[in-house]
Amino acid sequence: MSLKGKIAAVVGFIFIVFVVTPWLIATTGRSDLYYTLTSVALLAIAGAGVWVTFYIGRINMGQGAYALIGGYVCAILVVKYGVSFWLSLPLAGLFCAAASVLVGLPILRLRGTYFCMITLVFTEVARLSALALPITNGAKGISNIPLPGPIAVFGIVLVPDFSTLANSRLAFYFLSAGLMVACFAGLYRLVHSRMGQLCLSLQQNEELASSIGVNIANLRVIAYAISSFLGGIGGALFISISQSIYPSSFTVNDSLNFMLSCFLGGLGYVFGPIIGTFVLYFGWDFLFTTGEYQLLIYSTVLIALILVLPNGILSLRPYGWKRGT
Amino acid sequence: MGELLQVTDVTKRFGGLIAVNHVTFSVREGEIVSVIGPNGAGKSTLFKLISSFLRPTSGEVHFKGERISGLAPHIAARRGVVRTFQETTIFKSMSVRDNVITAHHLRSKASLAGFYFGTAVARSDEKEFARSADEIVNFVGLGALAEERASNLPHGHLRALGIAIGLATNPTVLLLDEPFAGMNHEETQRAIELVRDVRGRGVTILLVEHDMPAVMKISDRIVVLNFGERIAEGTPQEIQNNDNVIEAYLGRVDESIGL
Repeated sequence: MSLKGKIAAVVGFIFIVFVVTPWLIATTGRSDLYYTLTSVALLAIAGAGVWVTFYIGRINMGQGAYALIGGYVCAILVVKYGVSFWLSLPLAGLFCAAASVLVGLPILRLRGTYFCMITLVFTEVARLSALALPITNGAKGISNIPLPGPIAVFGIVLVPDFSTLANSRLAFYFLSAGLMVACFAGLYRLVHSRMGQLCLSLQQNEELASSIGVNIANLRVIAYAISSFLGGIGGALFISISQSIYPSSFTVNDSLNFMLSCFLGGLGYVFGPIIGTFVLYFGWDFLFTTGEYQLLIYSTVLIALILVLPNGILSLRPYGWKRGT
Repeated sequence: MGELLQVTDVTKRFGGLIAVNHVTFSVREGEIVSVIGPNGAGKSTLFKLISSFLRPTSGEVHFKGERISGLAPHIAARRGVVRTFQETTIFKSMSVRDNVITAHHLRSKASLAGFYFGTAVARSDEKEFARSADEIVNFVGLGALAEERASNLPHGHLRALGIAIGLATNPTVLLLDEPFAGMNHEETQRAIELVRDVRGRGVTILLVEHDMPAVMKISDRIVVLNFGERIAEGTPQEIQNNDNVIEAYLGRVDESIGL
C-alpha cells in the first residue's frame, strides 16, 4: 500500500471508531453495544501481547495469567492503597512486565509445544494463587472498585471523574478504543523498525540470529515483557469497567481465546488480533439465538476458518495490499 | 603475520564419547585453514567449540590472545569470530537483501530503543546497512536475486547467502561449515573463487570440509582429524603425502590378512 493509502486507512479507521460508531449507537439506541465493543478493544490489547510472542516464534497460552495479575494489581492499588486508577493502570502493566522477566528468563529457553504447555499452566497457577493469597481476598474477589477519578493538571480537568458522567459507558469506550489504537500504533512501529526485524530473525532461526551477534536471550525476554505488559493493561482496564475482579475473571479459556484471536486475524499481520477478537466476540454473541447448538456451530465455523484461511482473515486482503500492513 | 586464533588442548566429551580429544592448532591472520577428516572425526564438534556454540570439556580457544571458549555465541561474534551454517540455515521468509541487512546487527551504533524511535543515529545506521548490504549481495553474486524470498533460492545460492550473512557482521575470522558440500564441479569452482575473494577482503578463513580436491586447491594449511584427534597438520602437499592421513582415509595395510 502506498503512504497515502496507509494514511487514508488509518484516518478512516480512527473516524469509524471514534465518530461513526458512537453516532450509530446513539441513533439506534443500542447502548449495550458499548460494553461489547469496549471488551473487544481491551481483549485486543491483551491479544496484541500474544501476537508479539508469536512474532519471536513462541506460542503463548498464558496471557490470561498476566491479564489476571494486571487486574488484581490495579484493583489492590486502587482499593487498598487509594492510588489513582490512572497511575495504577501503567503500574499494573509494569508489574506484569517485571514478573514476566523473572518467569521468562528460564522458560523462554523452551521452544514449540514445551513453551506452550508451560504458559498454559500459568493461567491456572495465577487463578489458584488468587484464590489462596490473603491480599486478593480469595474467592470473594475484590468487588468494590471505584470508577476512575478525574485527571487534573494545575486545576484544569483533562479527564472528568467517571462517576459524575451521565454516560460512563461512552467514556470507557473512548478510553479502551484510544488505548487500543495507541497499542497497535506502537506495535506497528515495533514490527517495522529494526527491532521487529530482529524479532523476526529469532522467529526464523535462533542459532543463526545468535551467530550474527544478536543476544537472543535478551531479545526474547524484552519481547515477552512487552507481551505481558499489554496483558496487564488489558486486565487492569477490564476491572475498571466491571468494577470487580475474581479469580475466575480470566481463565484458561481466555488464554486460549487470546491465542485464537491471533490465529484468526492472521499471525503475519499486526492488526490481526483486532479483527480476530472482533470476530471471536461478535461471532459468539451472534450465535446466541441458536441456543444449545451455539458452541457446536461456533467451533465448526472456527475450524473451517482456520482450515480455509490458514494465514488468517486478513489474508483476504484486496489486491495490492502487502503483507504486514 | 601473528597468530589470530589459537586452539589449545581442546577436549569435548559427550558422556562416554570423546568427540574431540586434546586438539591443538592455530590460525594466522589472512590464512585459509581447512579442517578435514573422515565422517565422525569430530570436525563439526570442533567447529562448534571454536564458534562458542559448545563449551569445551577442557582446553581453551583464544582469539587475539583473549579466551573466547565458554562465552555465548553472540559474544564470540561480537569479538569477530563468526560462523556460517550449512545451507538451510537462513532467514527463510525474508528477502535476500533483508537477510543481509538483518545480519548487520553488530555494526549498529544505535540502541534498540533508538531504532524504535528512529533517532538520527538509527537512521544513519539504517542507511549504511542498506548500502553495505547491497554491496555484499553484489559481491557474493546475488545482485540479481536481491529481492527474492530467501527460501526460493537454489542450493548453490543459499551457500553464497550464508557467506553474505557472515560477511555482514564484519568478521575477523569467518568459519565456514562445509561450503562446498553437495555442489557440482562448476559450482565448486565458483565457490572456491568466492572464498578466495572473501579472504581478499581481509577476512581470515577456517573451514570444515569433505570435498578433498577443493580443500587441496584452496587451503594454505590443513588440519586432519581422526577419531577426535589431530593426526596431521601441514600444507596440502605435505598432507597428500602423509602416511597417517592416507591410513585414516584408506585404511591400514594389514599383512596378516593379505591386504
